[in-house]
Amino acid sequence: MTEMTGAEMVMAALADQGVEHIFGYPGGAVLPIYDALFQQDKVQHVLVRHEQGAVHAAEGYARSTGKVGTVLVTSGPGATNSVTGLTDALCDSIPLVVITGQVPTHLIGNDAFQECDTVGITRPCTKYNYLVKSVADLPRALHEAFHIAASGRPGPVVVDIPKDVQFAKGEYAKPKEFQHKGYRPRVKGDPDKIRQAVEMMAAAKRPVLYTGGGVINSGRAACESLRELARLTGFPVTSTLMGLGAFPAADPQWLGMLGMHGTWEANWSMHDCDLMVSVGARFDDRITGRLDAFSPGSKKIHIDIDPSSINKNVKVDLGVVGDCGHVLDEMTRMWRAGGYKSDKKALEAWWAQIDRWRAKNSLAYRNSNEVIKPQYAIQRLYELTKNHDTYITTEVGQHQMWAAQFYRFQEPNRWMTSGGLGTMGYGLPASVGVQLAHPNSLVVDIAGEASVLMTMQEMSTAVQYDLPIKIFIINNQYMGMVRQWQELLHGGRYAHSYTEALPDFVKLAEAYHAHGIRCEHPGELDEKIREMIEIKKPVLFDCVVDSAENCFPMIPSGRAHNEMLLGDAATRVEDAVTEEGKVMV
Amino acid sequence: MNANAQTTHYPAAAVSERVETRTLCVLVDNEPGVLARVIGLFSGRGYNIDSLTVSETEHEKHLSRITIVTSGTAMVLEQIKNQLDRQVPVHRVIDLTTTSPAIQRELAMVKVRGKGDHRMEALRLADAFRARVIDATTESFVFEITGASEKIESFINLMRPVGLIEVSRTGVAAITRGPEGM
Repeated sequence: MTEMTGAEMVMAALADQGVEHIFGYPGGAVLPIYDALFQQDKVQHVLVRHEQGAVHAAEGYARSTGKVGTVLVTSGPGATNSVTGLTDALCDSIPLVVITGQVPTHLIGNDAFQECDTVGITRPCTKYNYLVKSVADLPRALHEAFHIAASGRPGPVVVDIPKDVQFAKGEYAKPKEFQHKGYRPRVKGDPDKIRQAVEMMAAAKRPVLYTGGGVINSGRAACESLRELARLTGFPVTSTLMGLGAFPAADPQWLGMLGMHGTWEANWSMHDCDLMVSVGARFDDRITGRLDAFSPGSKKIHIDIDPSSINKNVKVDLGVVGDCGHVLDEMTRMWRAGGYKSDKKALEAWWAQIDRWRAKNSLAYRNSNEVIKPQYAIQRLYELTKNHDTYITTEVGQHQMWAAQFYRFQEPNRWMTSGGLGTMGYGLPASVGVQLAHPNSLVVDIAGEASVLMTMQEMSTAVQYDLPIKIFIINNQYMGMVRQWQELLHGGRYAHSYTEALPDFVKLAEAYHAHGIRCEHPGELDEKIREMIEIKKPVLFDCVVDSAENCFPMIPSGRAHNEMLLGDAATRVEDAVTEEGKVMV
Repeated sequence: MNANAQTTHYPAAAVSERVETRTLCVLVDNEPGVLARVIGLFSGRGYNIDSLTVSETEHEKHLSRITIVTSGTAMVLEQIKNQLDRQVPVHRVIDLTTTSPAIQRELAMVKVRGKGDHRMEALRLADAFRARVIDATTESFVFEITGASEKIESFINLMRPVGLIEVSRTGVAAITRGPEGM
């Protein structure tokens, strides 16, 4: 036991939790903690330019490392500015501990300066939150916060600390084994259910593995188990936006991403399968499309650490509650030990069908020698960065979907995108966090010009900390996805989706003391991407692309997986879906 | 495909299924904000609350018991239980409607004003319902009545023509039958 102030406890607890970096912004109600931060050297502080940026940076840091991301902000506006990031982290199950200053306890409820009801505002957008009214409760709250953020289904936790509690003295000791009094997420799956799942898999004739962000959250070992299970069974694998990289895109069993902008083969496999094995995915509406037509003929197995994800949107035949790493591991073990075999003949026919779907070449687009096609830009970016140690973040919109389709992820934790909340402005600050965690790696934010302007101020953070992030802006002057929907659903009335005044991104980069590149012609793309990679400072790359391009394939509004729209460049071989294939439904 | 589905990119709402009513008992840590957390969950996700009562039941362990009467389709009811169960300060969620035969009681205080025949009739009805008089003036009574919600409902309806003024109800408390605790 050591006597110290509440502010010192915060620093001690962060150090005891192994925190090396914290993203934050000072203010009146958090000054004692900043004072304690100033007088220690274990935790490095990164000063952002807006609190939303701090939370996204911490998310990028967490997602690329598997550690808990941490944030320190002040009361009132500091806390409210962090709300978008908290909601984003809750939707995508990212572990964060966000420490907020609060007005002194005797002023709480008095409408004091920079007071807001932080725990009230953040209750629905955190996994859990604390208002610590006594310094005696502070050590437990801080350590519990890390435990809750990282365990079970991960998520953000807020610890709100009034200023008088930061000044007050109390006893602090590093806790030993930590156990929460009531909170015990189930990690191990029920062995009987796992065996049942294995038996269903052995009997399947048209199976598909549908994996999600839970596999990545579970860790490297879970991704290895998934790969092994896929090898053992020979089953095709598709993934949600959040799960990209858990299974290598180079693997012949990879079908590509599924869902609204997923590949033809992934969505048809989901529609026509007789067994769907969902691992760490949550049957989100971007995945299922029309619910009553979602994979109508299949048995469904759902493995998830969060019981409330099971049977939420889609009724499944077998729900297994547990950590996907553990359950996948058990499945491979049982598969081997029980001498289970896939139905080889049925699988051959299934793969033949999948190959016919693949022949549609659903991601095809018409390239041009005149203008840069956004898909081409991302393909070139992939080819020129794939041999580097590369991490990709994105903003939200068409560029995000093209990145998911054309950037081929081979490893987990390399892909940081705002999936559930769809937060424009996520990618730039997230790349700051990723670069801080991986100072020698190549970190690229595939951005849209509209999204990136929402958090552009964090360029200043990147410059301050020598973080050589590359902001690759797919600039079509439109909020592209909004424009696409307006074209398809609202009679081409492009209400406010065109940005009539955009900054000169090269000059903007220079104003930030970063490096600016503009590329307007496909012929100069490779050379300029190479220039971007070579430069050891933050880069704003203004890639001027075809402004009318739409993102395909696409499952239109309220339709089923087998009613996808294709771009006009995709193979017009109608027998790619044969009568035989239709009979297989 | 409905008209809504043509203009939004969200799937259409599920076709309506049969709605059932359930009584849930939720054991929670007695800490600040726990009730707000539970109520916020219901309002945020659009679940119904027909009745809710809360009180500390185990002082040493800082445990409170929340009894919620809710309604929804089978899938929604399963969601409600799972969503409650995953909350950090929630220890257990027990569905008293399906897991065991349970007893439900509610207490109400009913104020009635009247003279002459109305007053006599109110007293007679109260007697029939085993309601007690806990306050009286020459022109009013306050009755205390305990029972299942339906019984209280019919008592209140009977009081209307004889001068019902005001009702205060506690909401439902429930417990399982038999020797076993939860």
